[in-house]
Amino acid sequence: MSTTAQTRREWLLSDRPQSRLQAKLGRAYVTWRRFSGNGLALVGLGIIVALVLVAIFADLIAPYSPTIGDLKNARLLPPSATHWFGTDDLGRDIFSRIVHGSRLTLFVVILVAVIAAPIGLLVGTVAGYAGGWIDAVLMRVTDIFLAFPKLILALAFVAALGPGIENAVIAIAITSWPPYARIARAETLTVRNSDYIAAVRLMGASPMRIVLRHIMPLCLSSLIVRVTLDMAGIILTAAGLGFLGLGAQPPLPEWGAMIASGRRFILDQWWVAGMPGIAILVVSLGFNLLGDGLRDALDPRSGEQ
Amino acid sequence: MTAALAIDGLGVVYDHYHVLKGVSLRIEPGESYGLVGESGSGKSTLLRAIAGLAPVSAGTITVDGETLGPRRDKAFHRKVQMVFQDPYGSLHPRQTVDRLLLEPLAIHGFANAEERIVRALDEVGLGSGFRFRYPHQLSGGQRQRVAIARALILEPSILLLDEPTSALDASVQAEVLNLLEEVRRTRSLTFLMVSHDLAIITHLCGRLMVMHNGAEVETLDAASLAAGHVTQDYSRRLLAASAGFVRTAEPAAGPTAGRFASAGQRSI
Repeated sequence: MSTTAQTRREWLLSDRPQSRLQAKLGRAYVTWRRFSGNGLALVGLGIIVALVLVAIFADLIAPYSPTIGDLKNARLLPPSATHWFGTDDLGRDIFSRIVHGSRLTLFVVILVAVIAAPIGLLVGTVAGYAGGWIDAVLMRVTDIFLAFPKLILALAFVAALGPGIENAVIAIAITSWPPYARIARAETLTVRNSDYIAAVRLMGASPMRIVLRHIMPLCLSSLIVRVTLDMAGIILTAAGLGFLGLGAQPPLPEWGAMIASGRRFILDQWWVAGMPGIAILVVSLGFNLLGDGLRDALDPRSGEQ
Repeated sequence: MTAALAIDGLGVVYDHYHVLKGVSLRIEPGESYGLVGESGSGKSTLLRAIAGLAPVSAGTITVDGETLGPRRDKAFHRKVQMVFQDPYGSLHPRQTVDRLLLEPLAIHGFANAEERIVRALDEVGLGSGFRFRYPHQLSGGQRQRVAIARALILEPSILLLDEPTSALDASVQAEVLNLLEEVRRTRSLTFLMVSHDLAIITHLCGRLMVMHNGAEVETLDAASLAAGHVTQDYSRRLLAASAGFVRTAEPAAGPTAGRFASAGQRSI
């Protein structure tokens, strides 16, 4: 907090915020400064932002249709100026397919996070705070889900519900909440006997209020970090299901399914499987870097006591 | 006259270990009552049992003539509040002072929360400049003031104080103790205060109970404690233990060392 700094920064870092908004913004700014000090995390953030932008503007970016190819003239062309990533066996432009596939990837990742993280958070915090038989029941259920191999359980669900991207999402969400529940429970156990929770109990707060308003915010940052780090795994599982033909169905340009269809030509036309593979790699890497950066920036045990 | 707080044969058991063994006491409205004893004597557990934070296995607790059940209701929470020992652990690390003070008002559906928060901060001498700070932006003494403001904002009649100054350094201790004494006088509160510092207890409390191993040793008034008129052996040893520090320093060292010793003893 040097005196030469801009007034806006001083306002954000003020010791004596004048309003709720200023206190919140100041806190967010401190977190952002910690995050942006980490170069790799910014690279990760850049990749994810780029992914989101590509998904939003896919129609504008993609030069060709992702589903209709030119079977007569453009089968299995190598990367060139007209087809940046080459074309596949049906004459479709791979670059356009990857651009449109980003929507599917983002759809899967966001939906899984939106379904799995709240379930895990709720189960974990309730189990941790309530203790006793509620804890035992909830955690045994969690253990049962944890004991199944993730991909196999997802396979079983997709087999039961029928192939398709929505079912793949549900299958992945069902199998990915248990680790979040365990994290949330562990965090809850460390704070449930603290004096500040006792103080809230002493004010007459109901258990639901304590869990929702006082315990969950404390579990949130470690959960966000974990979810971000899991994003890569979710993308890979979705790609795996697509590869096995149980996720997105043709002609949807899902990256895993694209690899699956390209593996027949992998020795002669490497770009058919290679390009979507690189896309998965880059996006997974982006989420991992972002997750690492968030862990350093949000860690409740660093910075503040 | 009904007692503000009456406890009869209170027992607390944690995992088959009897932390409190049938403690009884009676506190009149407006009285300031002290609990002293060594670490592990069950003083803090007694407070937590009253607050409903410890498992009661035997006995009854009566507040203003009403015997409490195993669950505390909202009326109880408006009547009885507590200040914890460690101000670094009793404030939620992710909530601003404003949010901390708003919570009890929201739970009990108080109107004009805005006004009450400002008043509560003024009362503990913090002013509204501290309102939107996070606990990590406050010093230990300021945190304890916030904790006191939070306890007082529901306008309770009984305040449970669990060594409210033992985590603070000596100069801040005096400020917080004066603040507590002042709010007690202006609001005619009933205090039940735990401390292992006999000087604080004799200063603030009218009567006190000496505890050892989860049971009462004896009940005294502050004057007889100050004069050393105790009947039980254990109390005598407790007194000697807190005074002994100064006496050993006296013969060899000068007045500076003596003063230092007494200050050190106060900040146990």
